[in-house]
Amino acid sequence: MSNLAIVFVVFGLALIGWLAARMRAATFRKPGVARFTALPVHYGYFVGICALVPPLIFLAVWSLTAPALVTDAVIATPAAAALPPPGFERASILSEARALAAGRSHGAFHDLSATLAPAYAAAQARYDGIATAVALLLACVCGALAFTRVRPAFAARTQVERVVMLLLLAASLIAILTTVGIVASLLYESARFFGIVPIGDFLFGTHWSPQVISPSDPGASLGAVPLFWGTFFIGAVIAMAVAIPFGLMSAIYLTQYAHPATRRWMKPVLEMLAGVPTVVYGYFAALTVAPAVRQLGVALGIANASSESALAAGAVMGIMIIPFVSSMADDSIAAVPASMRDGSLAMGATQSETIRRVILPAALPGVVGGILLAVSRAIGETMIVVMAASGVATLTANPFASTTTVTKQIVDLLTGEAEFDSAKTLAAFALGLTLFVITLALNIVALTVVKRYREAYD
Amino acid sequence: MTEPRQPTDWTAAEVHRRTRRRYAAERRFRLTGLAAVWLSAGFLAFLLASMLWQGTSGFRETRIALPIDVAQANLAVTPAQVKGRGADLALAGAGLEAAVDRAATRAYGSNGAALLSDGAWLAVRDAIKRDPTLLDRRATLAVPVASAIDVAAKHDGNPDAEAQVARLQARGVLSTGWSRGFLTTADATDPTRVGIWGALKGSLLTMAVTIGLAFPIGVLAALYLEEYAPRNRWTDLIEVSINNLAAVPSIIFGLLGLAVFLGTFHLPRSAPLVGGLTLALMTMPVIVIAGRNAIKAVPPSVRDAALAVGASPVQVVFDHVLPLALPGILTGTIIGMARALGETAPLLMIGMRAFIAAPPSRLTDPATVLPVQIFLWSDEVDRGFVEKTSAAIIVLLVVLLAMNGLAIYFRNRFETRW
Repeated sequence: MSNLAIVFVVFGLALIGWLAARMRAATFRKPGVARFTALPVHYGYFVGICALVPPLIFLAVWSLTAPALVTDAVIATPAAAALPPPGFERASILSEARALAAGRSHGAFHDLSATLAPAYAAAQARYDGIATAVALLLACVCGALAFTRVRPAFAARTQVERVVMLLLLAASLIAILTTVGIVASLLYESARFFGIVPIGDFLFGTHWSPQVISPSDPGASLGAVPLFWGTFFIGAVIAMAVAIPFGLMSAIYLTQYAHPATRRWMKPVLEMLAGVPTVVYGYFAALTVAPAVRQLGVALGIANASSESALAAGAVMGIMIIPFVSSMADDSIAAVPASMRDGSLAMGATQSETIRRVILPAALPGVVGGILLAVSRAIGETMIVVMAASGVATLTANPFASTTTVTKQIVDLLTGEAEFDSAKTLAAFALGLTLFVITLALNIVALTVVKRYREAYD
Repeated sequence: MTEPRQPTDWTAAEVHRRTRRRYAAERRFRLTGLAAVWLSAGFLAFLLASMLWQGTSGFRETRIALPIDVAQANLAVTPAQVKGRGADLALAGAGLEAAVDRAATRAYGSNGAALLSDGAWLAVRDAIKRDPTLLDRRATLAVPVASAIDVAAKHDGNPDAEAQVARLQARGVLSTGWSRGFLTTADATDPTRVGIWGALKGSLLTMAVTIGLAFPIGVLAALYLEEYAPRNRWTDLIEVSINNLAAVPSIIFGLLGLAVFLGTFHLPRSAPLVGGLTLALMTMPVIVIAGRNAIKAVPPSVRDAALAVGASPVQVVFDHVLPLALPGILTGTIIGMARALGETAPLLMIGMRAFIAAPPSRLTDPATVLPVQIFLWSDEVDRGFVEKTSAAIIVLLVVLLAMNGLAIYFRNRFETRW
């Protein structure tokens, strides 16, 4: 039986246990018995869990160890005496034989693997049989043992709830595991990269051309400063030059001036800007905005106006970021107490004077925090720059010229046909690590700004 | 001793001037705000309008009338063979493609075959399957034209194709209709043959994996953190990681998927399984945060009442708090799923950018998803792909709009104010 089939059968056995225990526990309810420690369904779950968990653990461990056991059994057969000594060839013959035995492949490159395939199939069948028997036995025995404990005095609810709590804890630990996974994989691959390229060359070098990496001095063409500059220029300068005025003024208008009815439908409309997939923005930037920006540049007399300009990518990214800035500003403006506004208005200030001199200064930490979060979002944004920015790294402050970004380079480096261990692919992980550290730092700073400088009104 | 201060003369011209200036500044400020709102909404409208403008023609195809005499073509196929299963194979092997090319040459001259789409014979094949009597008579069928002609007929093509279109239109043989293949087939090299069903199916499989993992894990984690977690260092660590994961750029999750799922566990490249796993890690924090807010909104009196009648803490949460918080959790989940559905970058990292001409049928088959398909088509040089890309974007936006509409419906229908 395949593992999946065994799992299904085990689930079936657990279901039988659940039903049986429930029915038995239901008979405990006699008139005159006042207290129960658990409902019938708790007994059901108790038996079901006992019948389910041990076989599943066994199968998990087994699926990790069984391939090695099968291979050992095959090597012990007389036909395996002709195998070459341990090494690449031996491994490839064995994996071919395994594929043949499983029916995944039909032709074999090595003759020997064809002779080993029947031995593989036999060993596989034998071990599969053992696994099936043990799993079903475990399910039956554990289920039966649990069933014998189904008595009125047995606190099944407490037992079941202990398992539930473990499940809840495990689910929340996944978040830590993911974080650890991200940090570990980025650090590991980056460490390998920095084994090839000195970290100083990478962080402070000003020449980036991964297409030609000289084997003697790989650091010479992997200096990431132009990428950092391009990312900063597109994400933190151009995008914010669009997003901050639009986002902030929209938030001010919608919270201070707009009729509540207007606000009710205008706010979701603006938030739709954040819901449009980035690939759509990228297509829009590449197809519609970039040619227009180039024409504008040519009309302004800029000779090297590029059709992959920083301005096109940055401006479209800014449009995408508007709702982030505006909703953060909205929240912090709403948190300013009405008494401050009313006081200012009562002194004779106009509404705009109140907003500029009283409300905005009071809301400033929240607004600044929101802008920092928006910057972190913008520099991690990928598809717009992949589709609209250029792949050539240049150090320029001309918005009509082409620049590239960290995220664009990560995609370019990893989607080529290079082997996984080359300096080129590893460089992508080093860039990823840099991006991760910078966005993390921005988020922490943003939260600190909001927390530390928020005045406690009322 | 100083002079007593003179009372302000409110009628002075100076005062009027200042007031006027201040009111003008007020009006300017207010208009700037209004302009910001309308321009932002205008960007959205322009974006959507330009996609609609370019994309609607992608759902239509130009067809040309092709007189074809199947009986004379001596196809090695019997009327019995074109019914039921195996018909596609029988007709493909019978030399139908060559017969269609010959018919085009006969009708439109020596380069007549170049007028037809690569998929023209498929249209003839489907016509025969619908009506097997075509096998032994003459008929005129409308079949899709080649990409260059299609572009020239719908928009501005190259001068050569435009001239051909003018000639054909004069003969009255061109017609247009809804492209049947666009919603039912997968990627192809010829823009007149491409379809989005393959990508849509890949998206569905990927989303199935994502929701199957992210929803239970996210809800359980939210319940734990909100209802049971003791205040200690571990809980703080969990909370910090979840809040940070929600802010990590999506491409980093792609790198994680590449290093862990492909590099360490050797799962198949560009499979919906791996894509779903990667997106699940990305979506889980969103669900946890939305779930915690929804759980927080359930008033403590509900918990107290349940505890008072003898429910255990687990019963309180699963029988009373969770059902009340579920609408809010579902709203957050749908919004998280909508974001995952539009995500492209992490899936590029795990190799979902290959050319896939067949819809995936299993979780481990190579597949592509809708946003990646849009990205791949946007890179094509052939002008016929422009309208197809925009058409695919329209489909993606419609799906996302439907999901968000569902989220709003859930919020309005089931939201309880305490």
